[in-house]
Amino acid sequence: MLGVLVVQVAVATKVDAAVFAIAAFFVLVGAIGVVVARNPVHAALMLVMTLFGVAVLFVEQQANFLAAAQVIVYAGAIVVLFLFVIMFLGVDRRENIAFEPLRAQRPLAVGLVASSLAGLLLLGVAAHWSVGAHSVAGQLRGQPGGDVAALGRAVFTTYLFPFEATAALLVIAVVGAVVLARRPPQARRPDREQAAAPGGDGPPGDRTAGDVVGDPMDALAQAVANAVASGLVSLPEDLPEGQRQEEPVGESAAP
Amino acid sequence: MRVLVLGAAAGHLALPRIDYYSVLPELVLLGGALVMLAVSSLMRRDLRSSVTTGLAISAGLASLSLSLLQWFQVSGRGGNPHVTIAGAVVQDGFSALVSVLVSCAVVLSALVMDGWTRREEVMGPELQILMLVSASGAMIMGSANDLVVVFLGLEIMSIALYVLAALNPCREESGEASLKYFVLGAFSSAVFAYGIALVYGATGTTNLPQIADYLARNVLLHDGLLLAGLAFLLVGFGFKVAAVPFHLWTPDVYQGAPSPVTGFMAAIAKAGGFAALLRVFVSSFGLLRSDWQPAVWVMAAITLVLGAVLALVQSDIKRMLAYSSISHAGFVLLGLQAATARGVESSLYYLFVYTFMVIGSFAVVTVIGGRGDRSHDLARYRGLAATHPLLAGSLAVLLMAQAGIPFTTGFLAKLEVISASVGAGSTALAVVAMVSAAIATFFYLRVILFMYTPTGSVLLPAPVGVSTPGSVSGDEGAPLPVGAGTAREELADPFAGGVFAGDLSAGASPASAQGVGGCDVQPAPDTRGDGFGDESDALGGEREVADNAESYPADDDDLFLTGGIASAIALCVAVTVLFGVWPAPVLDFAHRAALLFLPH
Repeated sequence: MLGVLVVQVAVATKVDAAVFAIAAFFVLVGAIGVVVARNPVHAALMLVMTLFGVAVLFVEQQANFLAAAQVIVYAGAIVVLFLFVIMFLGVDRRENIAFEPLRAQRPLAVGLVASSLAGLLLLGVAAHWSVGAHSVAGQLRGQPGGDVAALGRAVFTTYLFPFEATAALLVIAVVGAVVLARRPPQARRPDREQAAAPGGDGPPGDRTAGDVVGDPMDALAQAVANAVASGLVSLPEDLPEGQRQEEPVGESAAP
Repeated sequence: MRVLVLGAAAGHLALPRIDYYSVLPELVLLGGALVMLAVSSLMRRDLRSSVTTGLAISAGLASLSLSLLQWFQVSGRGGNPHVTIAGAVVQDGFSALVSVLVSCAVVLSALVMDGWTRREEVMGPELQILMLVSASGAMIMGSANDLVVVFLGLEIMSIALYVLAALNPCREESGEASLKYFVLGAFSSAVFAYGIALVYGATGTTNLPQIADYLARNVLLHDGLLLAGLAFLLVGFGFKVAAVPFHLWTPDVYQGAPSPVTGFMAAIAKAGGFAALLRVFVSSFGLLRSDWQPAVWVMAAITLVLGAVLALVQSDIKRMLAYSSISHAGFVLLGLQAATARGVESSLYYLFVYTFMVIGSFAVVTVIGGRGDRSHDLARYRGLAATHPLLAGSLAVLLMAQAGIPFTTGFLAKLEVISASVGAGSTALAVVAMVSAAIATFFYLRVILFMYTPTGSVLLPAPVGVSTPGSVSGDEGAPLPVGAGTAREELADPFAGGVFAGDLSAGASPASAQGVGGCDVQPAPDTRGDGFGDESDALGGEREVADNAESYPADDDDLFLTGGIASAIALCVAVTVLFGVWPAPVLDFAHRAALLFLPH
């Protein structure tokens, strides 16, 4: 109902321009806020602002379904997921992002962006960024079933192949997520003492073919254990290293 | 009421006819990946490397034969493109050639990855699965007839490559490379998508022939939007093919990714990216060529020069090959800049032979990298010919081909693109290309010279237990205790001294030797700055071997060369030499593919 109201009002060009300006303002402020905000939760909330602004722009373009999807999927589900991850990792953990290996790059980036933006605006004013085929795609209103049906029709006719090809993308996403999030082999085996025996003393040549799966991991676990042990043994030699390791523990214990 | 209206609308919906045959090569690769995924999740234990490799190779061979079948079909039709699935996919000579090329890359890379998997003792089929999916993305880019399909192909290819780059479990740079590639790649994909949106706004369609049609019928008085879209598309493609202003990710990613993945990535990303670039720019925006040719001219020139010059100063062979691949991208851009049928033909030929050269080169690099895939310093290649003559000979041939020495495919490829460029009137660019090729010859020949230089005393390891802190490079602080006893027999092979040379200089601090993630991770050395031929690496490498001797099985210290890698290298060398001496079939293939692609 509200969407219909906005659409009918938006036909008038002045209101159109005003809605666009306000929505664009919020989109930009939100986008800058995501980059600038120190607190990751604030950044995520700024992202919500941007996504809502984009949703308003969609409504203005009469793409009501997209606007709803934008709010439900992006502002709703995905940002909530972001927040979950931020909470998991710890809200109060601060990354030191002030350190920059290349000092000049920030002012340089600001200068480049400002100059290219100015150039773009100048070009827009001077050279009339006109469009060639404004209404080739047709109005969304007036089609049977509204924009939902138009979208559905496009997905199952013109864009059928891209729609199907997205499946491959999802396969990669699943496989990739599992592969990258998989715990390292050492963590898989809590019974390291028991497992370390074949990797540690026996010569690796007399493995049978059957236990190929287990043995290399055990050998690696043993190697890590050795490395850790040698590291711990020689720690007192460089005391500052040990002190530095102690400090965060004390800090987190204090509050 | 509303439901009724919807139902009525659905009743009139004319679903497009799907010609499965025309996308069968893609489907075979994707199907192979899915079968592998299903089987490996149903099996109780991890699939053996031989099984996954066998599946990947058979999928690759099946798609290769299907692609060739399609090629003969297209030729039989007299070259008329066959557009199917609502105009989203086209089957013509161009797409058939790209499919053949990608299938070859799949088969070769599967062989190399098999060897790598066995050496690193990595379990699981994910390497081959992701490779197959990625290859199907590149194939989709080759046969895409719609900008949206191009974008999806690009994403399928790239996202799989991002994950593949991270798959080396024992190197931190692998994850770093993946993250860099992902962040920059995602940014460039966004730019590309914005370019599609702008082109759609300007022409009202995303379909490539329809865009060409629209531009042929209409004269745009104010074409700012279209040109901006074109520029964004060029940026997106430029990133994928590593052309120079957008090349910054290349050396780090090539260096950090597992070596077989690097070879695959170099071949596939170039093939897919250039295939779509050529199709979009030459066929759809051919009428606007006076607008985009200058931009491509500049891009090609700086790509050629910068790629060759920066490769000169590298001391890591993977970084050197990365810069060399940038310079190769410049050569392929020559053909695009020409924007003629001959230009397209020469670019296709270049891509075809480059695939074999680069996969073969990285296969040799994989072998020489040793366990952990770490020793890629150029010093490692000194005297290789004496210890491993066949390996050194293969790498020499492949590098000579990349340099463009006659009687290899690389020479003809360079000749073709340069003559196409001259034919199109871009003589200045052709001169730049020749100068760049001359510069590039230097660093390729330097590696060959390295390999055929007698080792002398340089690589001979110091006596066991003698290595003192003074004899190794300065950035190693506290000396490690040397476990001398077990390493004695390895020293019989003078080459063993350098096996762990690469990771030596940073591994000195005992605290930093704590493994991350179950691997014996040593922070990688910063090989970017120091000169090659560092003797301390060779001296200290022996010490590292001694130190690691109890954690690694003793037989790792020689090069791990499986039959798979050997046959992949042999195939690449054979193709490079055979078609260098007898170039007619491939040249004819590329010629006809280009002609079928551009009828005039």
